[in-house]
Amino acid sequence: MLLINSFLFCGTVCLIAQIILDNTKLTPGHVTSMFVVFGAFLDSFSFYDKIIKVVGGGALLPITSFGHSLIHGALAKANEYGILGILMGMFDLTATGITAAIIFSFIFTLLFKPKN
Amino acid sequence: MVIIMKNEKYELIAQDHKAPNPRLKNAIIAFVVGGIIGLLGEGIIELLCYFTHMSRNNAGTIMIVVMIFIASLSTALGFFDKLVTKFKCGLLIPITGFAHSMTSAALDYKREGPIYGIGANIFKLAGSVILYGIIAAWFFGMIRFLLGGRV
Repeated sequence: MLLINSFLFCGTVCLIAQIILDNTKLTPGHVTSMFVVFGAFLDSFSFYDKIIKVVGGGALLPITSFGHSLIHGALAKANEYGILGILMGMFDLTATGITAAIIFSFIFTLLFKPKN
Repeated sequence: MVIIMKNEKYELIAQDHKAPNPRLKNAIIAFVVGGIIGLLGEGIIELLCYFTHMSRNNAGTIMIVVMIFIASLSTALGFFDKLVTKFKCGLLIPITGFAHSMTSAALDYKREGPIYGIGANIFKLAGSVILYGIIAAWFFGMIRFLLGGRV
């Protein structure tokens, strides 16, 4: 069941992005930034957590989940340390993704030559 | 007056010869490809949970690292760009698009050297996602915190 939900959710997010991209003058950069902000907005009242419970892995993949994990880590730390915790916990959950992306892209950039 | 008439006529002719609108096709492709990516992600999580008995959170983290690895490698090998022009948002909106933007920016500026080439440009496209993500998370987080809603 989670598999079907993942397919539908991830597909729907991509579908919405594609419709925005085709019908406006926005570039992919605009759309991804909008989706990150939208993900952070959805999780400001823990709505995205419920989506992840229902959908599973499909909700972790779209870029909206990046905004969700930023605010989720920040709020979790804010519970412990007060208002400074928002600054301390910002990268708690996204660190894996960002660090992995930096390391892999650096290594592969050194190893491979650019095409064209 | 004559020129305006000509322009209108030209537009009519041009409309007749325009390629059929690919919007619907693009949308369906984005839906199917994005869905397959989501399906793969959930599949990896369930396989990891089944075979190694790790927690679902850890499996999710490993799945994201695997996806980033695949996207970075295929961008460096050169065929991810072709897939992106075909599938567009189906590949750009999942985390694969984030990894692709970093690797392709770094590769494009490789010849300008390690500092002003790779170092200065690796976040050229991904930087906006990180910047606005942090600003939005801070803003909404402050609102949530000041309203007293504990997580």
